[in-house]
Amino acid sequence: MSDSAALHASETARVEPQAHVEVQGITRVYPPVAGNPAVHALGPLDLTLRQGEFFSVVGPSGCGKSTLLDVVAGLAAPSEGTVRFEGKPVAGQVPEGIGVVFQEDASFPWLTVYDNVAFGLRRQGVNRGDLAARVDYAVEFMGLKDFARAYPAQLSGGMRQRVCIARTLVLKPRLLLLDEPFGALDQQTRLLMGDEVLRLWRETGATIMLITHALDEAAMLSDRVGVMSSRPGRFIEVLETGWPRERDSRIVSEEAFGRITSRLWSLLREESLAAIGGRGAKA
Amino acid sequence: MAQAQEASNSVRSERARGLQDAILVVLGILVVWQGLHWLAGDVAVSSPWATVSRLVELLLDPGFWPNVWETLYAFGLALLYALLGGLIIGVTLGGHRLSGEVAEPILVALYSIPKITLYPVILLLFGLGMSAKVAFGTIHGIIPVIIFTMNAVRNVAPVYLRTARALRMGPLSTGWRVLLPATVPEIVSGFRIGFALTLLGTLIGELFASQRGLGFMIIRSMERHDVPTLLAVSLLLFLFATLCSWALLIVDRRLNRRL
Repeated sequence: MSDSAALHASETARVEPQAHVEVQGITRVYPPVAGNPAVHALGPLDLTLRQGEFFSVVGPSGCGKSTLLDVVAGLAAPSEGTVRFEGKPVAGQVPEGIGVVFQEDASFPWLTVYDNVAFGLRRQGVNRGDLAARVDYAVEFMGLKDFARAYPAQLSGGMRQRVCIARTLVLKPRLLLLDEPFGALDQQTRLLMGDEVLRLWRETGATIMLITHALDEAAMLSDRVGVMSSRPGRFIEVLETGWPRERDSRIVSEEAFGRITSRLWSLLREESLAAIGGRGAKA
Repeated sequence: MAQAQEASNSVRSERARGLQDAILVVLGILVVWQGLHWLAGDVAVSSPWATVSRLVELLLDPGFWPNVWETLYAFGLALLYALLGGLIIGVTLGGHRLSGEVAEPILVALYSIPKITLYPVILLLFGLGMSAKVAFGTIHGIIPVIIFTMNAVRNVAPVYLRTARALRMGPLSTGWRVLLPATVPEIVSGFRIGFALTLLGTLIGELFASQRGLGFMIIRSMERHDVPTLLAVSLLLFLFATLCSWALLIVDRRLNRRL
C-alpha cells in the first residue's frame, strides 16, 4: 500500500467514527522450518469492527482464529496487509486501549487477586486513591470481592479467568480481545461468564472481539458473528444476529437463537469436515 | 469466621505435631548414638554427653574460632560463586533453547560423577589452601543451581510473557516483574540443594588438603585419636547444616505453596 493510500484510510476512519478496527488484506504465512513447507495460516482477510459492537469469530479448529486475534492485538505481525485501531496502524506492539484475555490461565500465582488486578495499573503511575478505587470496582464487578486477598491457586478455573478479565478491565480498554477465554470452563460456568461479559460490554461501551469454538456462545453474545473457513482462514459469511443491546443468557430459549445457531452450524459443518478430512488424508 | 478459626486451630495443631515429631527425632538420634557408643566404645564413638561437653569447651576456647571463621569464609565464598554463577549460567541456558538442550545432558552427567576424583586436579590447579577449598565447594554447588535455574526459566508459561506484552511491558520490567517472580520458587529449590552440596565440597576440600578449618580439625583429631573433638566438630557442622537447611526449606515451602 502506498503512503497516500495509508493516509487516505486513516482519514476515512476519522470521518467515519463507527470503524473502530480496520483489517485490510492481512495474511499470515509461517516460513518453512527444517524441511517442513511454509504454512499459509490465515487470509487474505478483511474485517471492520464497528465502534462498540460485539463481534465473534467462529471457525473450524486450526483455521487461524487465534492468529487473527494476535494480529489485531499487535502481538503478531501480519505477513501482508494492515491493521488499524482508531485510525492508527497497529505495528509491532499492542497499542494503548486494547486489552487481551487469553484462553490459558494467565493469572500470576505469586500475586493475590487484588495485586493481579492492580498489576497493569501500577505501571501506569496512577495515583494511589484512584488506583484503589478502580481496582476495587473491577474486583467487585467481576464478583471477586470476597477473594481479593486470596491467591489464584485457591480459586477455581472460572474464578481465575475472572481475575484475568478484571486485570484487563481495570485498564479501561476501548477494544477488548477475548481469545476463547471460557474454553476450559464447564458449560454452566460458560453461560454465566457470558452474562458477565455482556454486562461488562454494556457498561464499558467497549468494542469486543471474541474468538470461540462454541457456536451457542457466539450466537448468544454477539451482534455479528464472522464464520471462518478452514485453513487458510477467510470469512465465508458475517451473520447479523439482531439481538437488542440489553440481553443475557436467557435468549438461548428464543426461537431466533436456534435459527442463528443452526445457520452457523450449517456454514461450519462443511468447513469442519474439510479440516478433519485434510487431517485424515495426511495420516 | 468459624472456618477461619478452625483453619488456624488446625494450623496450630499441625505445628504442635511438627514440634513433637522434631523432639522425637532428636531423642531417637540420642538413643541410637548412646547405643553406638556402648557398642563401639570410646575408641570410635564418644557418648553424646562427652561430645556436647567437648563442644562447649571448644566454643569457649579462643583458639577454636579461627578454624570456624576459616571454614565459614571458604564456604561463604564458594556459596556466593555457586549461587551467583549458577544463576547467571542457568538464566542464559534457560533463555537460549539450543544452548540449554546441548548443555543439559552434560550438566546431568557432571552432576552424577563423583567429583572427588577431580580433587587432585583441583589441588594441582589451585594449590593447598583457601582457593582449592573454595573451588571444590563451588564445583559441587554450582551444577544443581544451574540445572534448577535453567528449568525454571524454561518452564515459565508462555502466556505470562504474552500477558506482559499485552500489558505493554518492556523487556526489563517483564524480566523483573514477571520472569523473576515466576522462577523464584524453583530457583530457591535449586539454592537449597546447592547449599548442601557446596558445604559438602568445601568440607571435603578441608579434610584432604588444608592446614586450617573445621574439616582440618576433624582429620587432625582422627590422627591424634581425639574422638570427642572429632565428634564435637562434626556435631557443630551437623547443627549448622540442619539449621540453614531448615530455614531454606521454610522459604522454599512458603514460595511453592502458592503454585
